[in-house]
Amino acid sequence: MNDGLSTIEQQITSDYKYGFTSDLEADQAPKGLNEDIIRFISGKKNEPEWMLEWRLKAYRHWLKMEVPEWANIKYPAIDFQDIIYYSAPKQTKKLNSLDEIDPELRRTFEKLGISLDEQKRLSGVAVDAVIDSVSVATTFREQLGELGIIFCSMSEAIQEHPELVKKYIGSVVPMTDNFYSALNSAVFTDGSFCYIPKGVRCPMELSTYFRINAQNTGQFERTLIVAEEGSYVSYLEGCTAPMRDENQLHAAVVELIAMDHAEIKYSTVQNWYPGDKEGKGGIYNFVTKRGICAGVHSKISWTQVETGSAVTWKYPSCILKGDHSVGEFYSVAVTNHHQQADTGTKMIHLGKNTRSRIVSKGISAGVSHNSYRGLVSVAKNATNARNFSQCDSLLLGDRCGAHTFPYIEVKNNTAQVEHEATTSKIGEDQIFYCNQRGIDTETAVALIVNGFAKEVMNQLPMEFAVEAQKLLAITLEGSVG
Amino acid sequence: MLQIKDLHAGIEGKEILKGINLTIRPGEVHAIMGPNGSGKSTLASVLAGREDYEVTGGSVEFLGKDLLELAPEARAGEGLFLAFQYPVEIPGLSTINFMKTAVNEVRKYRGQEALDAAEFLKLMKEKMSLVNIDKNLLTRSLNEGFSGGEKKRNEVFQMAMLEPKLAILDETDSGLDIDAIRIAAAGVNAIRSKENATLVITHYQRLLDYIVPDFVHVLYNGRIVKSGGKELALELEETGYSFLKNEMNIA
Ligand SMILES: Nc1ncnc2c1ncn2[C@@H]1O[C@H](COP(=O)(O)OP(=O)(O)O)[C@@H](O)[C@H]1O
Repeated sequence: MNDGLSTIEQQITSDYKYGFTSDLEADQAPKGLNEDIIRFISGKKNEPEWMLEWRLKAYRHWLKMEVPEWANIKYPAIDFQDIIYYSAPKQTKKLNSLDEIDPELRRTFEKLGISLDEQKRLSGVAVDAVIDSVSVATTFREQLGELGIIFCSMSEAIQEHPELVKKYIGSVVPMTDNFYSALNSAVFTDGSFCYIPKGVRCPMELSTYFRINAQNTGQFERTLIVAEEGSYVSYLEGCTAPMRDENQLHAAVVELIAMDHAEIKYSTVQNWYPGDKEGKGGIYNFVTKRGICAGVHSKISWTQVETGSAVTWKYPSCILKGDHSVGEFYSVAVTNHHQQADTGTKMIHLGKNTRSRIVSKGISAGVSHNSYRGLVSVAKNATNARNFSQCDSLLLGDRCGAHTFPYIEVKNNTAQVEHEATTSKIGEDQIFYCNQRGIDTETAVALIVNGFAKEVMNQLPMEFAVEAQKLLAITLEGSVG
Repeated sequence: MLQIKDLHAGIEGKEILKGINLTIRPGEVHAIMGPNGSGKSTLASVLAGREDYEVTGGSVEFLGKDLLELAPEARAGEGLFLAFQYPVEIPGLSTINFMKTAVNEVRKYRGQEALDAAEFLKLMKEKMSLVNIDKNLLTRSLNEGFSGGEKKRNEVFQMAMLEPKLAILDETDSGLDIDAIRIAAAGVNAIRSKENATLVITHYQRLLDYIVPDFVHVLYNGRIVKSGGKELALELEETGYSFLKNEMNIA
């Protein structure tokens, strides 16, 4: 982490640096949503009949649903007919190897700092790159395949491992779960699929990078990770988008399944375009992420660093079904300018001796609003459940807001549920102290904020931690002084 | 090195410093003493560039530059250091990381290259033994949960790391804590040299048993009313500050 500091210095003056668009030819569906569009998407992907039926069922259910309004966020109504639901960079033929990728596309990923070259061995991280709606490259597949690990795009998984997809898709987040998960189930275009067989410890970080490129497109990816008995996997998710005046919609669904003694660590650095200083443009990020600790002694750990998006609505959750299972949620959410974030977690204790830990660090600047919303629920039979929650808010300036909404439902009196919350401001005294040591205000804020968020940052894999530190600094640029 | 001429400053429209004159040359140790409320801390804050205070008149020249024109971090870059009476806490930020940033920011200001990890570690080890500070303290969150003595030692360590040309020690209240006094004094004596100067601000004469000043100034009601050698401090110890009031009334 030490070297992260010098990078902060370099990065602190830069704006959203991922705001470029690429000149990629795209193969698109017409704007709007109806059953024909869904058939179009399914047809493009050559999907089996059951998949199309599943999508249509989700769509018909979605039509009957209403946009959720309980979150502490305000945004103009979204016109769901004004969105392109399928956009793919045009590739003339099926690729036989990574070398055949469109050079423009390759350059796009190079700008993002993502190498698609397996030779370069990006710190031993296997990458699945998703642009607009489809996966364009997955690296390290062969090496992983030798261990029986499946890491591929969702589209490929539907073709090549239909039995696994059929068994698990929608098993954690049912298509009817909420408005956005229903929408996603109807129109999802790609995403990543990981399957770790029994007893295998995945030897490298698995990573997916998402990027929205084409105009007026929504991105609806679906990720499914299954960890069989005694296996372990660490998965990273990163994302960027170009700067555009209009808002773009992102509505993903992520499902995690951990069997007996399995562990899944899921880390996100969310850096969608947040809109400009006046609040124009930016991504609306409505995401449903949920994991089930299905087996005994299983563990799911969510770590998220949320810096981007105009609006974030996101509650990565754990269903602790297996006895002795463990759920963790570590979150840093930063909002600046006009950004709004309503994020948190749900820990649903069903099994005996289940434990959960929530550490949420909200940082707000500008005129932004940052809410933590969390539910800890202990079912009647969940004896000896334990939860500890720590929710801290840090304010920069007087015009931003931090809100905490903890909900606790305990139906078993052996449960121990602890909740601690603090709100603090970056003090002028702290900044002056740093100034007196030769550190300018911008860097001082970065130091103080990174200190505040440290407990969460420490959970991130090393190569992501440095990236995340930079992002915090960039997001808060110009917010003090 | 430092030349303060007829400095007037105050806060919220209230004048606290009412015409300070003081010259400090390289190698000298000056002590400013005076009763509570005379403006000692205000002087330290104004020199370090705290925004709350408004300078209403006079000038301060530091190494040929107009100090009052410079931002606080630029003053640090020029070689001015303030050891705080009450250092702030920054949770989650270790002293090591804090100093790594500070040292390299100051170097950047001076047009020097940043120290890499190995060079920084070497510098740190050298200064740690100079001021006798424990490594554990430096890996903990800055000043969080530190005892008074530990905070003091940490300030002195930072001073040694940044190798200031002029160090100002705000010791207004620490006369009550003999341990803190010893630590501060040992640090000042360790970095004392012909090139550097020190300004010690204190209420109690006792500190000056450990740091022997070349000059002692008595601040009263926003003005330096008496200056002399170290014997002035002894005189104050015997008579206390009450004589000032009498003298001032006569004058
Ligand atoms: N923030 C402030 N607001 C108003 N008055 C202040 C403030 N800080 C100091 N003062 C006043 O200025 C005078 C000098 O204070 P100070 O510089 O702290 O003196 P000393 O350090 O010698 O005890 C005192 O009368 C004090 O009450």
